[in-house]
Amino acid sequence: MSLDMNADSYVTADGRTIGPVVMDLKNITLRFGGVVAIKDISFDIREGEIRAIIGPNGAGKSSMLNVISGFYKPQEGEVWFRGTKRPPMKPFQVARQGLARTFQNIALFDGMTVLDNIMTGRLNHMTANMFQQAIWKGKAEKEELANREVCEKVIDFLEIQHIRKTPVGRLPYGLKKRVELARALAAEPSLLLLDEPMAGMNVEEKEDMSRFILDMNDEFGTTIALIEHDMGVVMDLSDRVVVMDYGKKIGDGTPEEVRNNQDVIDAYLGVAHD
Amino acid sequence: MAQELAAAGAFASIPELLARNVKEFGDRPAYREKEFGIWQSWTWAQAAEEIQNLALGLLALGINRGDHVAIIGRNRPALYWGMVAAQRAGAVPVPLYQDAVTEEMEYVLENCGARFVICGDQEQVDKVIEVQEKIHHIEHVIYFDKRGLRKYDHSHLHWYHDIQEEGRAAHARLQDEMAVREAELNYDSTCVMLYTSGTTGRPKGVVLSNRNIIESAKNSSEFDNLGMNEDVLAYLPMAWVGDFIFSLGQAMWSGFCVNCPESADTLMSDLREIGPTYYFAPPRVFETQLTNVMIRMEDSGNLKYALFHHFMDFAKKGAGEKYGMPRRKVTTKKRTLEQKIRHGFRYAMGIGFAIETLVENTIRLGFTKLRHPVETRKHFKAKDPIGLKLYRGKLQEYFKYRCGDVLVYGPLKDTLGFGRIRVGYTAGEAIGPEIFEFYRSMGINLKQLYGQTEATVFITVQPDGEVRNDTVGVPAPGVEIRLADNGEIFYRSPGTFVEYYNNPASTADTKDPEGWVATGDAGFFDKHNGHLRIIDRAKDVGKMADGKMFAPKYVENKLKFYPDILEVVVFGNERDMCTAFINIDLTAVGNWAERNNVAYASYQELAGHPDVVSTIQDHVETVNKSVAEDDMLSGCQIHRFLILHKELDADDGEMTRTRKVRRKVVEEKYAPLIDALYGGKHEQYIETEVTYEDGRKGSINATLEIRDAAVVGTNQGQKTGVAAE
Repeated sequence: MSLDMNADSYVTADGRTIGPVVMDLKNITLRFGGVVAIKDISFDIREGEIRAIIGPNGAGKSSMLNVISGFYKPQEGEVWFRGTKRPPMKPFQVARQGLARTFQNIALFDGMTVLDNIMTGRLNHMTANMFQQAIWKGKAEKEELANREVCEKVIDFLEIQHIRKTPVGRLPYGLKKRVELARALAAEPSLLLLDEPMAGMNVEEKEDMSRFILDMNDEFGTTIALIEHDMGVVMDLSDRVVVMDYGKKIGDGTPEEVRNNQDVIDAYLGVAHD
Repeated sequence: MAQELAAAGAFASIPELLARNVKEFGDRPAYREKEFGIWQSWTWAQAAEEIQNLALGLLALGINRGDHVAIIGRNRPALYWGMVAAQRAGAVPVPLYQDAVTEEMEYVLENCGARFVICGDQEQVDKVIEVQEKIHHIEHVIYFDKRGLRKYDHSHLHWYHDIQEEGRAAHARLQDEMAVREAELNYDSTCVMLYTSGTTGRPKGVVLSNRNIIESAKNSSEFDNLGMNEDVLAYLPMAWVGDFIFSLGQAMWSGFCVNCPESADTLMSDLREIGPTYYFAPPRVFETQLTNVMIRMEDSGNLKYALFHHFMDFAKKGAGEKYGMPRRKVTTKKRTLEQKIRHGFRYAMGIGFAIETLVENTIRLGFTKLRHPVETRKHFKAKDPIGLKLYRGKLQEYFKYRCGDVLVYGPLKDTLGFGRIRVGYTAGEAIGPEIFEFYRSMGINLKQLYGQTEATVFITVQPDGEVRNDTVGVPAPGVEIRLADNGEIFYRSPGTFVEYYNNPASTADTKDPEGWVATGDAGFFDKHNGHLRIIDRAKDVGKMADGKMFAPKYVENKLKFYPDILEVVVFGNERDMCTAFINIDLTAVGNWAERNNVAYASYQELAGHPDVVSTIQDHVETVNKSVAEDDMLSGCQIHRFLILHKELDADDGEMTRTRKVRRKVVEEKYAPLIDALYGGKHEQYIETEVTYEDGRKGSINATLEIRDAAVVGTNQGQKTGVAAE
C-alpha cells in the first residue's frame, strides 16, 4: 500500500476519504495511585476513519477511551481536539463537543423503552427549559418532534423498529448492545467511541454489528474509535490500529503492519523468557 | 367483447382504473406505509403523481413495449407503484419472491428475460448483481432503499427517486409517448406475469391479461361488498397472485387503502394498529396466532383464564355464528331514533352484565382462593364460574354473547388486530376445524376460498352464512366447474389465464381449446349443500397395492390439525400399507416440555423424546379411527410412523416457498427411512445435509425411533390388527 498517511487527507482503497487529524493524543500518562495504567502514549484519530485500539486484558484500552471521553484526567500529556488543546473537562462538556460513546457493560435505563433510551441520546440537542417542557408548547414541542425524527432514522438504520416500544430490560444482550449504539448515534457525534461493541456476541450478531459500523462510517461519515478483542473483526473493519500492552503502545499502523509487528505477535502469543 | 367492457365499467386496464380513482377519490388515502414510526400516507392523487414520474423515468431509460420489469422486495407502496408504472410505460411487471435464493431468482429472471429490475434494498440488488454474472439481458437495476449502496457501481444502477426526478424533468418530452402506450392497453393485453410456486418442477410464468385481473377483481369485490372504506394489510409475498389481486386488483377496483407494514418483524403490531377490515392469511398464520393465544392464556390470571374458557365454550356452541357475525353491508343510511335507542339499550346492557359478571366472579374467586389455596384455578373453573342467568328471557343468549363481547371477544380481537374485520379469507391448505371455529365464534367472518394462480385466484368461495370448515364453497361468480371421472376439477372463468410464458406445451396440457383448465386437484360436490370439497391433488391420489384409494393429503391434514404436529408426509402409493413422517411443532411441544419439566437442548432431542413420540402415537391412532369410518379411504390408515429429526424446510428444497411439501424430494432424500419403515426395523440411522439461510451447508445425523400404530379393522380387513408395541 502506497498511501501517504502524513498528507492532510487521502483516499483509501475502498474509496473513502480520510480527512485530517481530529483527535490528537500527546504523551498521555495516567496513574491510579501507584499503578500506571497508561504510560506515555501518543496517537491520533483522523476524520472519517475507523480506528481500533487493541491489546490483551488489562492493557489500558478502556482507560484510554475514558481519557478521550473526559472521564479520566491524565496526569501528564495533552489532548488536542480539532486543532485546539482541550482543557480538563467534565464528560458532559466533552459530549457537547460532539463525542459519544458506548460502554463495555451496557449502561442503558432498563425500565425505559428503547425509544426513550435513544431519545436520551438527544439530550445535548435540547435547549427548551423545564417550564417550556412542562407546558409542552412552542419550542419544546418542536424540538421533541425534530429529535424524534432523528431517533426514528437511527432506529430505521439499525433495524430495531420491532422493539421500539419494548422496555430495554426485556431485551436480549445482542439487541441491548444495538440499542446502546443507537443512543450514541442519536447524538449525531463527530467522533464515536465504541467500547467492545461485539463482546459476547455470536457470529451472526457480530456480522450484523460490523455491517452497522461500516454503514455508519459510510453513510454519516462518523469517525469511529473502537476497542475490540475479535482480531478478525478488527483487521476487517479498521483503517488503522493501535496496539497496547501493559499501558504502553507497542504498535500503530494499518492492519497489515500491525499483524506483522513482532512486538504485537509477542504480546498476543506470549514470548519465551530465558 | 363490447358487452364485457360495459360490464366492467369500460375500464380496460389498471392505469385507467387509477385515473378513475384519482378523479373519484383523489383525496382519500390510497397507500400507507409505516416508516420512521409513523404511518405515512399517500392519497390517490399523490400516488398517481409518483407513478407517473416513475413511468416517465422508465421511458427515459428506454423501456420498450412488452418489456418485462422484474419487481423484487417486501411489500412497499413504491414497489406497487413500480408495477403500475411499468404498465403505463407499456411494459409488463413480473413480481418475484423476495426470499428466493440466487439460483431460483436466476432461473426466473432468465426465463422472463427482464431488461429492468426494481429492487427494494441492498439485499435484492446483491442477488441481481450476482445473477448478472450469468445472464446478461438485465440492463438497468433500480433500487428504493439507498442504504449500503453508495459505493456500488452506478453505471446501470439507479436510485428510485433519481429515476422519478428524471421522469419529472422529461415530462414534456415523453408525455405524449406515454399517452400513446397507455392508450394501446386493452382488455386483452397482458396485465402481469406471475410465477407459480413450483410445487412440481420449475416455476412457470403465468400470463394474466387485464381482462383476467379486472373481471376477477370486480366479481370478487361485488361478492363481498368491498368498498372504498376497506383497509387491507399488504404483507403476503408480492409475487403471489393473491397479493396482486387483493392489494392491486381489488384495491384499484374498489378504491380502498393498502397498508404496508414497517418490516416483517413489526407485522403483528402493525396489524393491530391498522385493524384491517378485509384480511387474508394462510391457515398457518391463524394457527400460530391461536397457539400463541392459548399459551398466553395458560399464563394468565385465574379470573381471566376462567372467563376466557367459559365464554369461548359458549361462543363455540353456535352463539358466535348466530350473534357475532359482522353486518354484511355497511349502511350509510342514518339510523332512526328507535333503532338508536334499541342499540344503545343493548350496548348498555352488555356493559352492565359485563361489570356484574366481573364483580361477582372476582368475589367468588376470592372465596375459592380461601377454600383452596392450592389449585385455585382448577376448583374455580370446575364449578363453572359464570353460571349466571344474566337475563331471564328470550334474549338471554344474545345478552350473554354481548357480555362476552365486552369481556373477552372484543379485547381479544383487538389484541390480535382483528377488531374491525368484516371479511377474512383463508386458503392454500385445509384449516383445522378447531382453529376455524375459534375465530368464527369470536365474531370474525373468516371464510375459505379455493383458487390458483391460473384462475386469477378465485375458483370457489364461501358466501356469507354458508361457511363450513370442510368445504371450500360454491363456484365464484362467473366460474363454471366440471368434474372429470377421476374426480379432477376443471374450471372455466373470465379469470382463466392466457398462457404459460414461452411454454405452449404446458399451456396445451393445462388448458383445452374451449378454455377449460385442469386444476390437478381431486374433489366432489357435497350432496347436501352443493359446496365443493377437495380431497387431494389428483396425481397424488393413488392406489394401494390392494387397489384401495390412497389420498395422503386427506390423512395428513387430519393429523396436522393437532397443534403439536407441524407437518406430515404420508407414503403408501402402490404399497400394502401407509406410513408417515411427522414434524413436531416446536412452539407447542416446547411449551408442553416446559410445563412438564422436560429438559431438551435441540429440536432433534425434543423430537426424539419418548413421551413426545407416545403423544404423537396417540394422535395417529385417533386419526386412524376417524379415517376408518370412511369406506373409500379406510386403506389410508397409518401403520408405522417416525418423527423427523429436522423441520422440513424450503431452503433444503423439501418445501416450496409457500410451504407445500415436495413429496418427491422428501422421498429421495429420506429413502433409507422409508426403507426402514417398510422393512419392519425399529430404529434407523440417517445423515442429512442442511442448508442454512445464508446458503452454507452443514449436516446433521440422528438415529430415529420407528413406532407401530394400531389400526382399526375394516369390513374386508383381513390384514389388520397390527398391535402397538
